[in-house]
Amino acid sequence: MLYLKYLKMNLRSFLQYRLNTFLAVLAQFLSSAVAFAGVYLLFDRFGSLGGWSLGEVSLCFAVTLSAFAITDCVARGFDVFSGSVKSGDFDRILLRPRGTVLQVMGSHFELSRLGRLLEALLVLVLAVRWLGLAWDFPKALTLLLMLLGGACTFTGIYILGAAVCFFTVEGLEFLNIFTHGGRELASYPLTIFNRWLRRFFTFIVPFGCMNYLPLLYLTGRAEQHAALYMLTPLLGVAFLFPCVLVWRMGVKRYLSTGN
Amino acid sequence: MRVSISHLNPYLALFRIRMIAGLQYRAAAWAGAATQFFWGFMLLSIYLAFYRSGGGEPPMPWPQLASYIWLQQAFLALFGLWWQDNELLSSITNGHVAYELCRPCDLYAFWSTRLLAMRLSNVALRCLPILTVTFFLPATYRLSPPAGVAGLLLFLLSITLAALLNVAVSMFVYILTFITLSPVGSRLLIGVASEFMMGSIIPIPLMPVWIQRLLNFFPFRYISDLPLRLWSGNIYGREALFQIMVQLAWLAGLCVLGHVCFRRVCKRVVVQGG
Repeated sequence: MLYLKYLKMNLRSFLQYRLNTFLAVLAQFLSSAVAFAGVYLLFDRFGSLGGWSLGEVSLCFAVTLSAFAITDCVARGFDVFSGSVKSGDFDRILLRPRGTVLQVMGSHFELSRLGRLLEALLVLVLAVRWLGLAWDFPKALTLLLMLLGGACTFTGIYILGAAVCFFTVEGLEFLNIFTHGGRELASYPLTIFNRWLRRFFTFIVPFGCMNYLPLLYLTGRAEQHAALYMLTPLLGVAFLFPCVLVWRMGVKRYLSTGN
Repeated sequence: MRVSISHLNPYLALFRIRMIAGLQYRAAAWAGAATQFFWGFMLLSIYLAFYRSGGGEPPMPWPQLASYIWLQQAFLALFGLWWQDNELLSSITNGHVAYELCRPCDLYAFWSTRLLAMRLSNVALRCLPILTVTFFLPATYRLSPPAGVAGLLLFLLSITLAALLNVAVSMFVYILTFITLSPVGSRLLIGVASEFMMGSIIPIPLMPVWIQRLLNFFPFRYISDLPLRLWSGNIYGREALFQIMVQLAWLAGLCVLGHVCFRRVCKRVVVQGG
């Protein structure tokens, strides 16, 4: 597969600068570890958060952070895309007889985000221990779906953000609200937020679907229609389609800045 | 004949130029202010949920915490140590620093001025919209007015010192880059540690007491936490004056130390090629 070749190329380029890569991974690990320390200390102080325990929120935190880390690792090309519109590099991509999404995705692979993923997985292990959940196949499947749905939601937002560059040339800092803001927000169960935020992040950007609703199932709060709660993360996958559609529209409208 | 002040003092001239350059990015500043506004609102929602969950007497009254968060967002550019001048950092690694070394100025002061202007111009554009909007929010989320005239004066004094202290600490990132020739390590070290130790991850008053005590022994608290608490009167009176003295001591100490270190690394600098 072409993407695997891209991946191999990117990995090799990172291994050229071992120390630098190692430090970058360490930085990502530490910064997420500090963020989790913050959550832990808040629970240490307040005991619970609107009826949610430390274990439950940690689970939420870990899933969101892993999903974000995976996206940031794989779809980083979209995040730094404004640069290639400005410099006209996108022209080269259009000339090649392969899909644009695949090529942009393959253009960057941020190995350092693995540090974040590692930290998220550690928190996940801690959360599972704190919760003492009885794991069975449906629950494990739900967890996997949450990761998949989450990664797709974040990727969708990255693609949308990149598609905006076709119209504005400049990337918009404002969109950080949906990526980094979304990550921070989805680290907590959605119920603690204001009604408008809650609706926006469930029906428009489906963080609630990859995160809060299946969490209800995992922690045994969903009594009826368990299967429905289980499968909501698939909506996160569905979110990708409109995003790719907007991207396609953007590509059609693309006027090279030339150089 | 009027002699412009910039002929007299190169540092002031640099400060002016850099301020004017920084003030050009107005659209970016609006976007930034909106982002910070959203971020502050989200943080407040999270803390509010924690406060409502009980758990005994909160360590800081709610209105003070709300002010803490909003001020933190408004003055973000004065606090974040991960934000540094990339041009200067890369000049050290790629050798352009040689030109800088030719200047007939004290380079430590020159670079400090430049860093200060970078941060101040950024804050100047962002803080007013955020402060104005948050002042008129519904009661729960509102930024409270400062604790009297004393609170305001103490805040102003302390945030000025904080901005200078930030630059003094930042200079060590550049000093370390002279030694390691890669900004990654020093930035990582100072960036991650400072985020937590200055209360940007969670406000310091919400931390366990033993961590709070520990943080008193580092300079980072005095960059962000102290001024924010002076505004709302969380620290006041004699204690406030004492802490400002500590802040001043850190500033003086780090400036002297930084100056000495900077001169030493500049002497040893090797520029290759041309």
